[in-house]
Order: sequence, then structure tokens, then C-alpha cells
Amino acid sequence: MNVVVLAKYVPNPNGIPELGDDFLLRREGVEGALDPGDEFGVEAGLQLTDANGGEVTIVSMGPEAAMAGIRKALSMGAHKAVLVTDDGLRGADALVTARVLAAAVEKAGFDVVIAGVESTDGYTGTLPMTVGELLGVPSVTFARRLDVSDGTVRIERQTELGYDVVEAPLPALVTVTAGATSPRYPTLKGIMQAKQKPVERYTVSDLGLSPDDVAPTQRVTGVEPAPEKGPGEIVEDSGDGAARIAAFLQDAKVI
Amino acid sequence: MARVWVYADVRPGKVDASAFELLTKARAIADQVEAVALGPGATEAAGALGDYGAQTVYASDQPVYAESVARPAAFALRELAREHAPNLILFSQSYDARDVAGRLQAMTGSTLMSNANDVSAVDQAETQIFGGTTIVQVALEGPDPKLVLMRPKSTAAEPTGGGPAATVVPVEVQVPDGLTSARRVECHEEQASGPKLEEAKVVVSGGRGLQQPENFKLLEDLAAVIGNAAVGATRAVVDSGWVPYNYQVGQTGKTVKPEVYIAVGVSGAIQHLVGMKEAKRIVAINRDADAPIFKIADLGIVGDALKVIPALTEEIKARKS
Repeated sequence: MNVVVLAKYVPNPNGIPELGDDFLLRREGVEGALDPGDEFGVEAGLQLTDANGGEVTIVSMGPEAAMAGIRKALSMGAHKAVLVTDDGLRGADALVTARVLAAAVEKAGFDVVIAGVESTDGYTGTLPMTVGELLGVPSVTFARRLDVSDGTVRIERQTELGYDVVEAPLPALVTVTAGATSPRYPTLKGIMQAKQKPVERYTVSDLGLSPDDVAPTQRVTGVEPAPEKGPGEIVEDSGDGAARIAAFLQDAKVI
Repeated sequence: MARVWVYADVRPGKVDASAFELLTKARAIADQVEAVALGPGATEAAGALGDYGAQTVYASDQPVYAESVARPAAFALRELAREHAPNLILFSQSYDARDVAGRLQAMTGSTLMSNANDVSAVDQAETQIFGGTTIVQVALEGPDPKLVLMRPKSTAAEPTGGGPAATVVPVEVQVPDGLTSARRVECHEEQASGPKLEEAKVVVSGGRGLQQPENFKLLEDLAAVIGNAAVGATRAVVDSGWVPYNYQVGQTGKTVKPEVYIAVGVSGAIQHLVGMKEAKRIVAINRDADAPIFKIADLGIVGDALKVIPALTEEIKARKS
């Protein structure tokens, strides 16, 4: 079974993000990591190939620095990777990114494509479905559990009220929520082997895409800080914390 | 003349209230406001959609839209958009709408903006980033229809208070068989007792600071004595499996705007703040005086939540009796 996992390198998810002068998220010279949401996807992919054989291919788009994220995924056990790097992709929006990833996935070949539900920096949360549509395959999304057997993927899909069971025939695209798997830690051996694993690099034209295909359709026209709220009353609890909160709730007329 | 569509999330039995917020917003920026409702119950929803300003409702009660995820609805939207040429389609930020909008974008090649909290014109939207600390204005370019997903509760839903009823136009699109292969085979509800998170007057949310899943019981007890209160949680907590995902408040989870939000052992990660910072009043209890949650709290107690919460439950009981 060939599994492609979409992976994104994001500015340090625990750090404080910044916008550059061009209103784009500062990505260069900032410490980064494989998006924590994608680790669940990598793990889900590895579980599929552990059980069924085949290979996990990581597909990522980003600057050269994104190799650090790819290496993390390879050290977890992914077999090979594709990185699409192109100066023309700076400031790419969701549609551009989806076109690039879909083209790279198509080239790699797949039975299953796995992605996280949204990135930790952009949070658009629709990209995997756009990729699925471009690939012409069904998608089963927001999976908190995932099983593949007899050519069918079956998931528990998170909903506002609980969950649905959704299934689709392969080839298909799956998005996994953070609860779906427990990502394995890279072993020392894994980290050593990762350095030898094949990583293919593509540009936009290698993928058969034109500059028009990767022209963004969104333009930031203004950035301003949100109005700040006045400081509240912050106090050390000296045994009267509960009484203070109760008085506050009474004041707010909710008790 | 600007034409704006609202894609209404139709759930078995009723249309999701997010559609009314979107219609209210659409009225402010367009003279032609129309809704698309797909799946069993769609035609019945037309009356309510009309009350909030939909002049026309394109409706289909075909079960295929509920039974198969995303592709039939995206296909139908594309067909309808070709025929009627809306400038902008508004979606809610729900799981289903994200699926549909993402698919539709690939078909139309049009721009898609997620997490918008305002649209000021058919090609201009606003979003808040970095936990709501920064406001970004975005011009939407490229072909129509522009696609915008709006965060819940960005606009208060207001009925038009009169006017003609919506004209219902049956959707006659034939969905190709090849698009129905992702099938919903079971639906399960995991509803906690008490009011819904989005509707409760008070929300009591727990984070990692609660230390153990069992301690969520303290929050349930507190919510019960307050009355009309619901229990929420942070992403870290639901990811750890302490409580189900539908407890989650934040970027990925629900957006709440209660009278009072009580954050218990919640550090205040950006991803959480997005879902609750619009609460009227915020109370935070955390051991770490530097926790970012205190920056937005009206009342902050630096202390041990495991002591403060049971004491608060008793205190409220005493005040109520």
C-alpha cells in the first residue's frame, strides 16, 4: 500500500509568530518544526504500511528550511520524501498550495493520502479537501479513528454533536485529528537512517504548472493590532479566591 | 448589483443557526441575498432562511446530500453557481462546510478565505490572527464566486422583521454516481447533559492545569450548581482523550460567547483564545501568574484550581440557599 502524507514545516508552534514587512508570516530565520498536527498523519501512514507493506512518502512544500520537517518525518520511519521549493511560491495561498501538492502527490502515486485537519500556522482547514478534489478521489475527513481493510477506508468522523462513521473506497484522502494516533518518537537508528533516505526536489515547472497556476488570489491590504482590553483584577489566592469569584458571578447576574 | 449566497448547513430536522448569522451579514453587503440548502429538511428550512433575508432559497431534499460527504453538495453548488453567477458564497466554519468549500474551490478555481470574522464587500474580508491580537484586511481576487468561511458568532443573527417570503427554487442537479462513494454509514451523538456549549450563559473550561481527567468532575459539579452552564476544554485536553472532542473550545473547536467564561487551569494558548475571547466576562484560575490567559481576564485568581473550584461550588450552594 502506497501512502502519501502531506507535511508542513511551520514556525515554532510554541513561539510568538510575526509578520514581515510584506505581511507574510516570517518563516526564514525563525526556528521551526514539523507541524505537530502532521505528526499524527505520519503515524497513521506508518501504521498502514506496518500492517500492509508498501511505503510512506512525505510530500511537503516550503523553503529549504522545510527539510528539517521532512527529516523529522523520515526519522519517524517514513520511507522517502518530496519537497517542492520554488521562489515563485512565496506567499502561496490555499489554492496554489493545493495545486502544487496535488501535482506532487500524483507524481508520487498513492493508494491513500493522509493530511492533518489544518495547519498550526495558517489554520485554513480546507486544503486537504481541495487536494482531494484535484486528485479526483473521495475524502473522509476529521478522522479520530481510522481503519483500512479490503480496499475500503473507514473512519470515525468528528462532528459538532459526536461522531459519524464514514467510509470510502481506495484510492482516497483522509484527514486525521490529533487524537487519531499517538505519534512515535524517532529512534536513534531512525534519525541515522533518515539521512540516507531519498528526497526528491521539484520546482513549479517540474510539476507541469504554469506561473498563472501559482498566482495567489488574496492580497493583504491592511494589518492593525486589535483593540486591547483594559487590565483585569489579578490576585493571588489567599483563601478567598472562591468567595471573590462567587461575588463576581453574582455581579454578572449568572447565579 | 452584488449577489451573495449563503450555504446553509442542513442537519437532519433543522438548519444550523449559523446560516442566519451569514444571511444577516450578506444583507449588509448585497442587494441580492440567496441561500442554498441541500439535504432532507432543506425545503422546510426555507421559511426560516427567508425570515433572515434570503430572497430565494435553492433547495433539494435529496438524501444523497446527507448520505454522501461533501462531493454531491460541492458539485451541486458549482452547477448552481454556473447558472446564477453569485459574486460571493458565505459558509460557516463547520466541518461539513469546510469539506464542501474546499472541494468547490478546486472546481471553480476561485479564492477561498477561512476564519473570516467580517466581510465588508463581496471582495473584501477581515480575519483576526495570532489569537485575535492582530486584525488583517484581505482583498479577494480572481474569478467569482469568492468563497468565504466565517467563524461562528462573528455577526449577531437578526431577522428582517417582515418582507416577502423566500421563493423556493427546487435544485434539479443530477449528482453523478461517481461522486457518492464517501458514505456516512452511522451517526452518533455524544451530548453532555445540560445546555449546549454555544448556548450556555456560563462556560467552565478546563485545561492541562487540572492535572488528571478525573478532575473534570469538579467542573461538572460547578456547572451544575451555577445552572445554565456548560463544560468546555482546551485542545491539549481533548487531544489527550480526557473528554470528547465536542467539548473543545478554540480555533479547531467551538466558538463561545457566554456571559461569563471561567478558564480553569487553562494557560491561554492562541488556539484557545480565538474560541472564547469574545465572552462578556472572563474569570481565570491558574497557578502560573505569567499565564497568557490573565492578560484577557477580568478577574484572575493565581492559585490552585483543585482547591478553588470545590470551594467555589460550596460557596455558590451556600449563597443560593
